[in-house]
Amino acid sequence: MTKIDNLLDNKGTPLDKQSFTWRELAGKPISKLDDDAFTRVRVILMNGVESDALRLKHFGSRFHKELQLPLAQIRRVEQHQMTSINWLLSADHSPLETTVAYEQVAIEVTAAVAQNEPDPYQAQTYRFGLLEDFDHLYRYAAMLDRLEGKDANNILQGYTDLVPGRPTSEHHRAPGDDLRDNYEKDNAALITKIHAALITGAEYQTHDYYMNIGPLFADPVARALYAEIASVEEQHVTQYGSLQDPAETFMEKWLVHEAMEVYTYASCAEQEENPRLKAMWERFVDYELGHLNLACELFKKYERRDPAEVLAGPLPRMIEFKSQRDFVRETLSREVDLRAHGIDYVPKEKEARPSLDYRAQLNSEGVPANVVSAGYTFKPGTELNEVGEQQ
Amino acid sequence: MSEPQVILGTNRTGVQTSPEGTARQLEATRMFPADVPGDMSVYTAERERAIREADLIGSVPPPATTKGMVKTALDKTIGKAPEVLIDKLGERLAFERTGVRLYEAMVAKATSAPGADPALVETLRSIQADELEHMNIVREAIETLGGDPTAMTPCADVAGVKAMGVLQVLTDPRTTVSQSMSAILTIELEDNAAWELLIELAQKGGHPLIAKRFKHALEQEETHLATVRQFIRTDLLEQVS
Ligand SMILES: [Fe+2]
Ligand SMILES: [Fe+2]
Ligand SMILES: [Fe+2]
Ligand SMILES: [Fe+2]
Ligand SMILES: [Fe+2]
Repeated sequence: MTKIDNLLDNKGTPLDKQSFTWRELAGKPISKLDDDAFTRVRVILMNGVESDALRLKHFGSRFHKELQLPLAQIRRVEQHQMTSINWLLSADHSPLETTVAYEQVAIEVTAAVAQNEPDPYQAQTYRFGLLEDFDHLYRYAAMLDRLEGKDANNILQGYTDLVPGRPTSEHHRAPGDDLRDNYEKDNAALITKIHAALITGAEYQTHDYYMNIGPLFADPVARALYAEIASVEEQHVTQYGSLQDPAETFMEKWLVHEAMEVYTYASCAEQEENPRLKAMWERFVDYELGHLNLACELFKKYERRDPAEVLAGPLPRMIEFKSQRDFVRETLSREVDLRAHGIDYVPKEKEARPSLDYRAQLNSEGVPANVVSAGYTFKPGTELNEVGEQQ
Repeated sequence: MSEPQVILGTNRTGVQTSPEGTARQLEATRMFPADVPGDMSVYTAERERAIREADLIGSVPPPATTKGMVKTALDKTIGKAPEVLIDKLGERLAFERTGVRLYEAMVAKATSAPGADPALVETLRSIQADELEHMNIVREAIETLGGDPTAMTPCADVAGVKAMGVLQVLTDPRTTVSQSMSAILTIELEDNAAWELLIELAQKGGHPLIAKRFKHALEQEETHLATVRQFIRTDLLEQVS
């Protein structure tokens, strides 16, 4: 069950059959050493998707008394899906190694989305954000090497390049330059709505993760770097969140979110090599179809409209979980000097005063990303490996 | 030993499992070189700045009992700065207390993990009993000096941070007996050095009775270390023969 030709045809698992045990929630983790890096990418991505499923439904509940019970019921399942996924990360991942994996998710998934996205402005936005998370990876890799004496490629497994992107020191923008133009709900393709929900959710969890683990570090440079990059991730949430049409009702956003969950789990199930995880992804595709159907019923009841108005249209191919190296390099070569001016992308020279001032202030006592990566060149086996380049 | 503790498999972390990917990563470093001048010294300089500006982790609580205060006042004339000894005693107490828990985790491992060995469990239980005894010896010493054995002193706190890695190794269900025993080894190595130092410190501080009781603990720690070392050695040699 990995092909979804028509989302609305399949009823999935009924909500009352979506059950867990504590042992399932805290099951056996993946192997940091033996599992494929893209298995970890999927684990992190789906954790982000589920945490956003909770977030969206909580906000909906604050506005809709009549939806509070069904939302609470579905949320309980989302909570347990999220737990069984997030607990797949094994304890031998240091928080910094997990961070490297988070940025690999941001790069490889955003690059896949950027190429699948039919709306040129939305696609440009993904490419713009991509080059920033790409730079984060380089700064964190330098820190992993210089703080813990570890090779980031033990996590990345050769799929993702480790070089500067648009420098982190230049990501800091005034809020007005982080907002983007939104899609129009009646004209946008379903996949455009799905992408915006997906990438916003992924960035949100990255932000929250950095905010939680930053203070766990003793090293002052690490604490500072997490503070700096968490701030950029908040900008990314602002940016991607504003891609959605604010004219959508809560229920429309809810339908899109459940459809996004179905699509993303189906993409995971299609490409997963680890049989235990593949079974989990397949199970959750069916759970999400159950959520989607329930949401559709409530949509008919309360909005008295056909869910097809929101969910119509074919879904393109699945998210491709593979190295997007060539696309990333091409984007890097062409667009590294783009900056944001309001909702527009402009050459570096055209950046406006508010962002320049904002950045100058924040950077005025030094830039953590620069401290950590001064003169840093990735080498297999870390920069301490004398023969690293000859590999 | 029925189950092997080390296996050959699909480890994907090194360059040999992704030679093409690594070659392209290196190509990328030539196409897009480092953009910030400098080297590791920039990082170190920032650390140094932070160290100069930092506060301490915390303080040693002043002795609370009247009896204690008198003693401390008296001892001040004999040994200087009793808070140094109280701090290190607090560390020893915390370390031995955590040690009891670490051995509990080690017992589970020795019972069920690849490389399990029932004879080892008995040894571990006896070491664990020693660690508990040591904890109580230190508690009594702190009480004698009028200190508060329930307080977490700065060195006790730091000892807890240090033990976190060992704890993670021992409690991870996936680690082997061999991996876990080598984590125990780091504990026992430190245990030995620390008791030695503490005895000297107690003597210099003018507390010969305390020092005497500590000598007994040190002798036990020497046995622990020898036992752990010997086990690790035999276990590894058996695996290769
Ligand atoms: Fe879900
Ligand atoms: Fe990032
Ligand atoms: Fe980001
Ligand atoms: Fe859902
Ligand atoms: Fe010991």
